[in-house]
Amino acid sequence: MYDKLIFEISKPGRVGYSLPKSEVKDWDIPEELTRKIGLDMPEVTELDVVRHFTRLSLKNYGVDQGFYPLGSCTMKYNPKINDEMAGNPNFVGLHPLQPAETAQGALEIYFQTSKMLSELTGLAEFSFNPFAGAHGEATGLMIMKEYHLQRHDYKRNKVIIPDSAHGTNPASASVCGMETIVVPSTELGTVDIAKLKEVLNDEVAGMMLTNPNTVGIFEKDILEISKLMHANGSLMYYDGANLNALLGVSRPGDMGFDIMHINLHKTFSTPHGGGGPGSGPVGVTKNLVQLLPNPRVVFENNQYRLQSNPFSIGSVSGFYGNFLVVVRAYTYLRTLGKENVGMVGKMAVLNANYIKESLKDYYKLPIKGACKHEVVFDGLVKGEASTLDVAKRLMDYGYHPPTIYFPMLFHQSLMIEPTEMESKETLDDFIEAMIKIAKEAEENPDLLHNAPHTTIIRRLDDVKAARTPIIKYKDFL
Amino acid sequence: MNKYFPHTEGDIKEMLDKIGVYQVEDLFKDIPSSVIHQKPFNLPSALSETEIREEMARISGRNQKMVSFLGAGSYDVYTPSVINALTSRQEFLTSYTPYQPEISQGNLQYIFEFQSMICELTGLDVANASVYDGSTATAEAMFMAVVHTKRNKMLISKAVNPRIIDVIKTYAHFRDVELEFIDEENNQTSKTSLLARLDDQVAGVIVQNPNFYGVIENLDGLAEPIHANKSLFIMNVDPSTLAVLKTPGETGADIACGDGQTLGIPTAFGGPYVGFMAATTALVRRLPGRIVGATTDLDGKRGFVLTLQAREQHIRREKANSNICSNQSLMALHTVIYMSLLGKTGLAAVAKQAYSNAHYLCEALVKTKMFEKANKNPFFKEFVLKSKVNVGELNKYLGTLGILSGLNLGEINPKLQNQILFCATEMRCKEQMDDLVRKVEGFKNVR
Repeated sequence: MYDKLIFEISKPGRVGYSLPKSEVKDWDIPEELTRKIGLDMPEVTELDVVRHFTRLSLKNYGVDQGFYPLGSCTMKYNPKINDEMAGNPNFVGLHPLQPAETAQGALEIYFQTSKMLSELTGLAEFSFNPFAGAHGEATGLMIMKEYHLQRHDYKRNKVIIPDSAHGTNPASASVCGMETIVVPSTELGTVDIAKLKEVLNDEVAGMMLTNPNTVGIFEKDILEISKLMHANGSLMYYDGANLNALLGVSRPGDMGFDIMHINLHKTFSTPHGGGGPGSGPVGVTKNLVQLLPNPRVVFENNQYRLQSNPFSIGSVSGFYGNFLVVVRAYTYLRTLGKENVGMVGKMAVLNANYIKESLKDYYKLPIKGACKHEVVFDGLVKGEASTLDVAKRLMDYGYHPPTIYFPMLFHQSLMIEPTEMESKETLDDFIEAMIKIAKEAEENPDLLHNAPHTTIIRRLDDVKAARTPIIKYKDFL
Repeated sequence: MNKYFPHTEGDIKEMLDKIGVYQVEDLFKDIPSSVIHQKPFNLPSALSETEIREEMARISGRNQKMVSFLGAGSYDVYTPSVINALTSRQEFLTSYTPYQPEISQGNLQYIFEFQSMICELTGLDVANASVYDGSTATAEAMFMAVVHTKRNKMLISKAVNPRIIDVIKTYAHFRDVELEFIDEENNQTSKTSLLARLDDQVAGVIVQNPNFYGVIENLDGLAEPIHANKSLFIMNVDPSTLAVLKTPGETGADIACGDGQTLGIPTAFGGPYVGFMAATTALVRRLPGRIVGATTDLDGKRGFVLTLQAREQHIRREKANSNICSNQSLMALHTVIYMSLLGKTGLAAVAKQAYSNAHYLCEALVKTKMFEKANKNPFFKEFVLKSKVNVGELNKYLGTLGILSGLNLGEINPKLQNQILFCATEMRCKEQMDDLVRKVEGFKNVR
């Protein structure tokens, strides 16, 4: 039973629900509008369902059970109080189209969270309508494009993106019908200013930058880059994927960024949920506020309300984004407070540099000097094992592996992001495991090649999965 | 010390020694000093757990809980208690996208089950692991059609929820996709108007069923001319109706998309919900987002992996089908658990209960003589009534009595002045509906 699909434990006649007895008469749906094909859904009891999904959960690995140093994903602990607050029936049961006077609490959460994020980033206002980071990117680029269109500057349809950027950046540009200009990085993984100057012209709408970049390095020339771009009539977009490095230390708005998105599910401690729901609020400078997606939450005459305006890029979501995720981020911000917010970036960076210094004799360090919130190694110094092998072997030691083979600037990238929430003891244990693995790679590389050894399943055949796709239960039959 | 930061002063000193710097600030020397934030942040002070509970009680107390007869894209639905107990398990809640399959089989398997159930409901061949919501799912379907047919015009029915249309308009504007609207007659998509607009520029046709007005569209006879025109047929559907209504597969649709909110997800002021997409086999490589596939491990044991990834942003970058990365995975799990509990008989039972409730309510409201039906078409759980009283005033009055009345259509379309879109889901009992009718009649007497 352990490895079965829910469909495979079904038995005709069983039910897992209870519905109230209907007190109104049964009405029939006109015959020509009804479903004629069968419906093969599971027939299981409530206990079947509880056991099935509990067992499935045991095949997963979460932040609560151990260190999860997935680079660029900021897998910090998700405080339980956030979930408790998001479970409030007065939030959960609220209809999105209720009159504003009956939803003042929800609107207050949006408005006040925007204010706090503005203070932390130096931008004027945030919209929470985008559902995730990539959705925020697309929304931000729409704002960028619309800014130029409304100025009748129709030529500007190109976005400069460094080659080290996340794949979502160029993909988001495509979603907005914009072209990507890739600028190569220096050996340090930072923007090559000379190369940047070469591609500047009056077709450039703006630049997307992750700072610190995907190699974990701060763009030290950021002020010069912003100046160059603005002088060219272009806007600066800040990809907030790596904001945790700078939280409480430095603000994108002060660096010259005009538009940014934040991943609340990274920097602001909301759970990743196995790949969502996240939240990707987009913030802009004062002169771009009117372009934010419809509707915006405004505060007038002591009342919060929703407002749409004709200069906006339009709607990007059915309602107002992932509200309950925003409730969690609000809770985190209020419990973190002004006294402690300055510690986030500092401690995250301290932890990453500690790992860097502790492992640099065993794993190749392509970029010397202080990193920010994450450190990238380029495979093992010695031994006959790949980054994939190291990642798989880490599972045997009880860890979730770091991000591997990204950034693509190096062939054996191993990207470790510890976050500020991890203790020195946790880091020391992880470092010890990484060093052990490095030694195993020299002494017994097969141990790594065949890893993991302790998981419920061994390495899976990706090629087979893609060649003959089986993507639903009935494909087995 | 603070609960979010574990390091003691001693820890920090030891770590700085190892790194070889004197103070943490030394690690930020690469940041120009002019952009180092020096001032204290203008933020509220940290609250303890007791204090945040009090603060949130105050804030949430400013939201009013009401008995809902409002739908329009978000529905008061039954959420079995099992769901929250299971989705709040940390292994699901606090994990990331399943990049490492050996320790993510739980996540990968429920996505496989989600895909299976979405295919089963829609009667189509393939499905993805979820997208954000029903509106963005429809926008993604539009792009699938545009890329697949290499054409640039979309037809969309005016009977589609205006909130979905708004999102489609935004995406179409930035991608230079031309939108043309199909007329509606009596709150129903006009087939004549649709067929008349098919030409060699049309990439796809988007209709919704049940549509914005709650009407069950009869879409028979559309697939053939749409396909003969080499266009794609896209249906936005409410999955909670598909156990009983003719499926997109039976209707001949190429893509089905929509919002999974009605599969047990609370209204939650608009989110999180979950968008779903299903399609015919021919379109599998055009789907956006994650897809989970079955395979075997080194010992031949069944397992699940993310597959067909050559469609996705992390591989294809600007040539990817979509930019989507994070989706709404936990909400997909929410609906999988819901569909497992309700199963073969429960899904149909819930749908029929909502259907019967709406019909009971419609009849009772018409009997008050304060309303008449706006159309004679079959409807599901929502219906449009023309009101003889001022809808704005009526709704305000009902609001003071704790009732969330139907959508005032005049507010979104001046042509629909004094029309109201009521909704009754499976959650409304006879007593609540009778109470609404009494209060509506009470409004007449107040005036």
